[in-house]
Amino acid sequence: MAGENQTVSDYIVHHLTNLTYGKLPAGYERYDGSIVGDGGAWVMAHGGTEAAAMGFTAIHVDSMAWSIGLGIVFSWMFYRVAKKASSGVPSGFVNAIEMIVQFVDNTVRDTFHGRNPLIAPLSLTIFVWIFLMNLMDLVPVDIVPELMMLLGVEYHKIVPSTDPNITFGMSIGVLILILFYSIKVKGFGFARELALNPFNHPLFIPVNLFMEIVGLLAKPFSLALRLFGNMYAGEMIFILIAALFSAGLAWMVPAGFLQIGWAIFHILVITLQAFIFMVLTIVYLSMAHEDH
Amino acid sequence: MNINLTLIGQVIAFFGFVWFCMKFVWPPIIAAMQEREKKIADGLAAADRASHDLELAQEKALERLKEAKHEAAGIVDSANKRAHQIVDEAKVAAQAEAERVKASARAEIEQETNRAREVLRSQVAALSLAGAEKVLGATIDQNAHADLVNKLAAEL
Repeated sequence: MAGENQTVSDYIVHHLTNLTYGKLPAGYERYDGSIVGDGGAWVMAHGGTEAAAMGFTAIHVDSMAWSIGLGIVFSWMFYRVAKKASSGVPSGFVNAIEMIVQFVDNTVRDTFHGRNPLIAPLSLTIFVWIFLMNLMDLVPVDIVPELMMLLGVEYHKIVPSTDPNITFGMSIGVLILILFYSIKVKGFGFARELALNPFNHPLFIPVNLFMEIVGLLAKPFSLALRLFGNMYAGEMIFILIAALFSAGLAWMVPAGFLQIGWAIFHILVITLQAFIFMVLTIVYLSMAHEDH
Repeated sequence: MNINLTLIGQVIAFFGFVWFCMKFVWPPIIAAMQEREKKIADGLAAADRASHDLELAQEKALERLKEAKHEAAGIVDSANKRAHQIVDEAKVAAQAEAERVKASARAEIEQETNRAREVLRSQVAALSLAGAEKVLGATIDQNAHADLVNKLAAEL
């Protein structure tokens, strides 16, 4: 829980600030009054304003670490199963993993009718990785930040999917794949599709191009924003419920119920969001493979 | 919530993990699963075949059983027939034997009767001769009256 002299809004802001490492521009006055020298300085940001001043040349250490860490957890878990995968009788853990694989495989088969060895592993990675990132949302909001605080780390956000960088990073990955396969499969047809759809007339080429490109960009945008929005909102509510605990003894019981209720509901949300991201990725890539 | 280098980092991480999954995770798992699927399908097919075989064997056994029963019935039938025949034959033989025994007994009885009659007759002749001798008080000439006595004896 937050310190005694902290207001609720301080508490919320603290919980929503990423641990940022970046380059402060030259001449920037830091929180303690010191001035950044020529050529800027690579430092841990102290608070949101410094992080904002860093602009693009910064990295969210916590998001990145948790995201890659969970990716490694995913890889390790599935790699272990892959190594001892056999056609014999599967044991408990192998069974569970194979159930997920089977589920993803079925979904891909239902949606994607082309032949592409990338789609299924891509979907599996997206589904499990996003699920794990979302799962961090169910860890009580104070545990990790407080522990990190004790270790001297000022800010810490453990849910990578509440960081738009992470969600956009993934959806940009998907966009790159969409573009790659569109060009690979359709070649010049892809340009024609962009230029001559929906109005098949040379005069309308600029209009068509504009509309199609917006439509194309809308795909990763909607993917990223949907995931980000859901997870951010969910985390925000967890933080608000946590803040409610500090509102006095009388609020403890309702806050406890809210916490449990929202957490149970959130189990559904995190799974659903991972699933939606996966399915839409498959759908978009399947569209990229189809000639109109 | 600033857009920064994390974005690029995540894109790289994304492709890294997808590559790893595609290279090392997906193929062995899916291959093992497909192999198992095939194994199970084969097993089920074998079980199907076995149950079909069993059905056939049962049918065959039933047929054999029916045949054996039929054969046994035939054997019993012929045995019965033979037994009847033997009994009949025995009956006929017994009857013949009985007739024979009866006939011989009858012949013997007749013989005895005749013999007894012969003895009786001769005794009666002697008696009547003796009686007549006494009645007449005189000796009857054996030779003179032999014809008369013999006639009398024959009448008895």
